[in-house]
Amino acid sequence: MSAVDAPPAGRRFGAGPARPVSGRGPAPARRTGTTSDLHRRERRWAAAFIAPVVLGFVLFAVLPFCFSLYAAFTNWNGLSAPTFTGLENFRLMMADDYFWQALWNTLFLMIGIPIGLSISLVLAMAMNRRMPGRSVFRVIYYLPVVTSLAAISILWQWAFNGDFGLINQGLALIGIDGPNWLQEASTSKPALVLMMVWKGLGFSMLLYLAALQSVPRSLYEAAELDGAGAWGTFRHITFPMLRPVTFFLVVTNIIGGSQVFTEVNIMTPNGGPEFSTATIVWYIWQKGFQNLQLGYATAMSLVLGLLVFVITLIQFRLNARNSFSVE
Amino acid sequence: MSRHSSYRLTNILVAILLGLGSVLMLAPLVWMISTSLKTMEGVFELPPQWIPDPFVWSNYARIWEAGPLLSGIRNSVIVSLTVTIVGTVTSSLAAFAFSKLRLPGKNGIFLAILGGMMIPFPALMIPTFILFAHIGWVDTLLPLIVPGLLGNIMMVFFLRQYLHNVPDSLVEAALLDGASYPQIFWRLIFPLIRPAIAAQFILWFMAVWNDYLGPIIYLNSENVQTLQLVIANFNATYAIQTDYPLIMAASLVALLPVLAVFLIFQRQIIESIALTGSKG
Repeated sequence: MSAVDAPPAGRRFGAGPARPVSGRGPAPARRTGTTSDLHRRERRWAAAFIAPVVLGFVLFAVLPFCFSLYAAFTNWNGLSAPTFTGLENFRLMMADDYFWQALWNTLFLMIGIPIGLSISLVLAMAMNRRMPGRSVFRVIYYLPVVTSLAAISILWQWAFNGDFGLINQGLALIGIDGPNWLQEASTSKPALVLMMVWKGLGFSMLLYLAALQSVPRSLYEAAELDGAGAWGTFRHITFPMLRPVTFFLVVTNIIGGSQVFTEVNIMTPNGGPEFSTATIVWYIWQKGFQNLQLGYATAMSLVLGLLVFVITLIQFRLNARNSFSVE
Repeated sequence: MSRHSSYRLTNILVAILLGLGSVLMLAPLVWMISTSLKTMEGVFELPPQWIPDPFVWSNYARIWEAGPLLSGIRNSVIVSLTVTIVGTVTSSLAAFAFSKLRLPGKNGIFLAILGGMMIPFPALMIPTFILFAHIGWVDTLLPLIVPGLLGNIMMVFFLRQYLHNVPDSLVEAALLDGASYPQIFWRLIFPLIRPAIAAQFILWFMAVWNDYLGPIIYLNSENVQTLQLVIANFNATYAIQTDYPLIMAASLVALLPVLAVFLIFQRQIIESIALTGSKG
C-alpha cells in the first residue's frame, strides 16, 4: 500500500542530488533573481537534502515489502527461482503447530510489559521526590538499558543456571530450591520475562519520571485543597496525566515485544526446551536462514508485519481522544 | 513543621526501598564482574564467592587468544562509527529540509516514511537479505553499513520536532544575507540543534553497537563478525567447557565501551530520553 505513494516520490525527486550543484556556485548573485527562481532553488535543495532518506526508504522498506508480497506466495529455497504456489504457504502455516507455538510464546513473553510498566511507574513516583541520591538511583536503574543485549543474555543464562546460578543462590537464601530455569519448559518463559523486565525497567521509569515532572504543581495543590487523599490524587490527576506516556510505552513495548530474538537465541538455543521459548522472529529466522524455506518464512514475516500494524492501529484508535499526533 | 518532618521520614523510607531495589538491579552485573575474575573451579563453589579468591586477572589476558575478539571490536567500531557519523549528517539535513524548507508534498513524503518505519525489520529481513545476496555483499560489513548511511528515520523525526522551536525568521534572515542553504545548515542550524543531535547520535551509536540480529544474518566468517556475534560464539563454545570466567570476561569487554559512554554522558542521555517521552 505504501508502495503506491512511494515510487512517485522517488521519481519526482530522484534527480535531486545531481541538480543542486548548479545552484551552489554563484549563490549570492542569485539573490537578485525572481521569486520563482528563489523558490526553485529552495525546492531543489530541499529535494537534495531529503533524497538520501527517501532513497533509503524506497530501497530498504518499499522494495523489500513489495518483494515480500510476491515471495510469500511462492515455494522458494534461495538457490533456484521461486515457483508460484498461491496460498499454499498460508495453508501450511495454519497447520503448523510450531508456528502457533511460536506465536503463543511471543504473546506470553509480553506479560512482562504490564509488569514492567507497573514497577517502573512505582519507581518513577518514588524518585519524583526532593530527595538526596535521586540522580544516582536514576543511573543505577537505567544501567541495564544501555548494556549490550547479547552480553546481558549471556550473563542471565549463567545466572539462571540450576545449580550455581545467581538466581537460585538468591532463592536458597530464603529457603527455596529453585528449578533449572532454562532447561524446563514450564520455567523457561517466566525466566525470560524476569530478565526482560530487569533490562527494560529503566527506560519506562525514565519516561514516567519526565512525565511526572511536567504535571503542573497547581493540580496537586488544588487536589489538596479539595481534600483528596493520596489514592484519589493518583487516580484522578497523576494517572490521567500519564496516559500519553503510557500509550507511547505500551505501543513501543508491543512492537519491540513482537520482535524478540537475541535473548531467546542466545539463552535458549534451538527454541528452548520443548520449543517453549521460540518466538515468531526466531522461527522466521530459523525457517528462512537455517532451513532455507524462504517462501514460507516470508509468508510468516508478512503475518508478523500485519500483526504489528494492526496492533499499532488499534492502539491509535483507542487513544484517539488523547490527541497523539505527529505534528 | 510536622508535615515537613513526615516528608523527610517518607524520604528516608523511599530511599531505603530504592536502595534495596538498586541492589537487585546491580547484583547481576556485579556477579558478572566477580565471575570474570574467578578460577574455573571457583565458579562452582558453594556458598558462592562474591569476592573472588584468588583474583584471576589473567582471564582478561586469555580472552584475546580464545577468539576473534580484537577483530570483533574493530568491525564493531567500523560499523557503528561509519553509520552514525555519516547517517547523522544525512538525517539532520533531511530534518532541516522537512522542517524549514518549502517543498510541495514534503509532509506526505514524511508521513509515508514514518509509516514505513512501522514495518518491523524482522518482517523485511528476508527480502533485504536476498537483495544484498544479489549484489554479493553477504559476509561483508556493507549490509550493516549502507542502509544506515541513508539516515535514521527516528533521528529525522526527533530533530524535526526539535527544529520546530527554531523560528523560521532566522532562516529567512540568513537567506537575505546571501547565505546558501548548505551554509545555513552548517553555520546556523547545526550549532542550534547540536545538543539534540549529540543525544540522538549517542543513542544510535549504542543501538548499532549492540545490534545482534543484523550481524547474525549477514556475517559468517570469523574475520568480519562484529563484537556481539563474537561473544555469542564465545558463549556457545566455552559453556560446554564450563569456562564461565572466560565468557564473562569477554562479555564484559563487549559491554564496557557503551557503558563508559553512558556513564560519561549520562546526564545528556537521560535528559534526551526524557524529552523523547514528553514529546511522545
